[in-house]
Amino acid sequence: MTKSRKPAVDRRNFLKSVAAGAATLAAPAEALSAATAAPAAPQPSAVMPLMPPLIETDPPSGSEVLTVDRSGSDFMVDVLKYLGFDYVCSVAGSSFRGLHESVINYGNNRNPEFISCCHEESSVAMGHGYAKVEGKPLCIFAHGTVGLQHASMAIYNAYCDRVPVYMIVANMIDATKRDSAYGEWPHSVQDAAAMVRDYTKWDDLPISLPHFAESAVRAYKIAMTPPMGPVLLVADSELQENPVEEGTNQTIPKLALSTPPAGDSGAVAEAARMLVQAENPVFVADRLARTQAGIDHLVELAELLQAPVIDQAGRMNFPTRHPLNQTSRRGAVIANSDLVVGLEAADLWSAVNSFHDQVHRSSRPITKPGTKMISISTGDLNIKANYQDFYRYTGVDLSMAADAEATLPYLIEETKRLITADRKRTFTDRGAKLAAEHQRALEGARNDAMYAWDAVPISTARVCTELWEQLKGEDWSLVSILRHFSWWPLRLWPFEKHYQYIGTQGGGGIGYNAPASVGAALANRKYGRLSVSIQDDGDLLFAPAVLWTAAHHRIPILSVMHNNRAYHEELMHVQRMANRHNRGIDRAWIGTTFDDPKMDFAKLAQSMGVYAEGPITDPKDLAPALKRAIAVVKRGEPALLDVVTQPR
Amino acid sequence: MKAFHTCGSVALAALAVALFFSPGSARSQNAAQASSSSDTPKGNVEAGKLVFNKYGCYECHGREGQGSTMGGPRIGPNPIPFDSFSSYIRKPTREMPPYTAKVVTDQELADIYAFLQARAKPPATKPAALMN
Repeated sequence: MTKSRKPAVDRRNFLKSVAAGAATLAAPAEALSAATAAPAAPQPSAVMPLMPPLIETDPPSGSEVLTVDRSGSDFMVDVLKYLGFDYVCSVAGSSFRGLHESVINYGNNRNPEFISCCHEESSVAMGHGYAKVEGKPLCIFAHGTVGLQHASMAIYNAYCDRVPVYMIVANMIDATKRDSAYGEWPHSVQDAAAMVRDYTKWDDLPISLPHFAESAVRAYKIAMTPPMGPVLLVADSELQENPVEEGTNQTIPKLALSTPPAGDSGAVAEAARMLVQAENPVFVADRLARTQAGIDHLVELAELLQAPVIDQAGRMNFPTRHPLNQTSRRGAVIANSDLVVGLEAADLWSAVNSFHDQVHRSSRPITKPGTKMISISTGDLNIKANYQDFYRYTGVDLSMAADAEATLPYLIEETKRLITADRKRTFTDRGAKLAAEHQRALEGARNDAMYAWDAVPISTARVCTELWEQLKGEDWSLVSILRHFSWWPLRLWPFEKHYQYIGTQGGGGIGYNAPASVGAALANRKYGRLSVSIQDDGDLLFAPAVLWTAAHHRIPILSVMHNNRAYHEELMHVQRMANRHNRGIDRAWIGTTFDDPKMDFAKLAQSMGVYAEGPITDPKDLAPALKRAIAVVKRGEPALLDVVTQPR
Repeated sequence: MKAFHTCGSVALAALAVALFFSPGSARSQNAAQASSSSDTPKGNVEAGKLVFNKYGCYECHGREGQGSTMGGPRIGPNPIPFDSFSSYIRKPTREMPPYTAKVVTDQELADIYAFLQARAKPPATKPAALMN
């Protein structure tokens, strides 16, 4: 590593000398002289200049150092490379111009590569989607104030979804070095991380390069230790831009990721005993599977016991066509169970209770009296008080504060040890019944899909079926949330691999789907997977310019619009209130729909360089349009189809 | 959609009057098709379609009554018997919000019912993509 042999240069003086130098080249000598002789009185009608004045009162010092061989930000990029970041998602910002320049020049814009974003919320949500496919974070740069404020909702989503997001936000800490001309005062803050500390796992404000290196490695380790979550480092602008002083310790501490916490051996043995003895055990999996191994282990355990699995769809947890997948029969299965095992089930309470949203809210258990419950989850290891993403307290009989994916292999071994031939026969009978129920449910879903087959707007089931016709046989990855699409793909398609579905947004913040799906597609790109997103219209409207990011960086993804021309869930909520109050039920559309004027998402996408067609209103037009769009995606570019759909 | 939202009440009232007093109108033709038993009040398919959309039934049940897992169940083309249908709408026992007589008249319920009865049956043959 090259160390600077030049004396330290003060950033403000550096700016002044550059500015004065430029003025010397551009301005006539007399103008320069006049300007430096006496400051001109401010003109009342003068408008704020877009750029700082080129001529300053201080003459350039002949002794000033104007260039730097190696800056602090170069070292920071060394650290980012060591940590293995493939990408930095960022909206350019002056407070981290040093880091930006070091990434693209010193780092040669490789590992990490700078991904140009148009909104910090998109930067973070891209990281959110990326991490769920790739299994590691990308890096996000942002201003420590206005950038982080933009990013905050997406950080909250990632926090609730237990996804590692790695942020470096910049701040000019030394108040005497702030330049008003660049807005550095309002862009500076005493404690940048304070505003998101409630929903990040860890943050730090390093004040030296060795401190930065230690904290950067520590942050990565913390983000990647289950329960995973967002972390944030504040990179002082001066620390980025100042030369690396001779003798500065540039050692990067060794990173060793922590093994995830597995369940205590005694608790695992007890859980196995309860599972083997239960007549009707059921697994409820939510954010269980981080990797394919998580899916495979759950399959192995479920098959050992011939026990049903209910997938709450926080991740791709269990193959949808597996005979033991009983997700569509969750109510009946839970009601019949005598042992419920939650696997990273953040909201286990809702799995075993029904909730009634009428004037007086009420709930009741749907389990039989005496039903036992086990929870294996890292949820209890990172709970904070303010934001309430921990859901209702569930009284269980055995609780393991442990990572469920890491615990499953041990649970499998213990279970194998306890299964007798007699129990095995019982399990086989149970499995046969469940397989028959699974097949019946699948046929039911297929029948349901045929209703409103030719409807205009196009039924969501028809969209799903036409899309599958084009995807089958491909190495596909569905990178969007599906809740608003009646979960059709999960009900009809054969999901098997961990990247084929990436779960939901976590915190319910709208504006996640478009950028997260682009981030997931970015991760899929190097594997040659065909990324597909079912894109809610309301979600895309939050930060649509992520389409430009996809076009600019040639991120191949097919976005199929679920254009129901409404914030439809909110429309239903307002309708509910209107019904409840008995004072008119025909105005719920006010404030919840956007059909006047109708939005043209194809034109929106086209304006950002994305291939797009639509609006598509006739179901017969769908298949040919899908073929054309997929051909574009296979060429390595994004494409969007604006499909006008039924509400759900 | 805009016109429907902004002057829907007036339009619906005018339509209802016109249809009631026009023997050769779509109302009488559709009503004959929609009534499946003597216990089911006569409703008008076209009027039912208007009410179904205007009063927000489509929001949960889809514009063809096909239902959804994230809203209400399928209610067309073979709705439950009218008595059960009507009483559930007035006093739902699960998640559906109530539609009292103050906001939906009995005749409007009959029209909605007629509309649901008249929904297209699904195609007999399923596409290959649905089966693999």
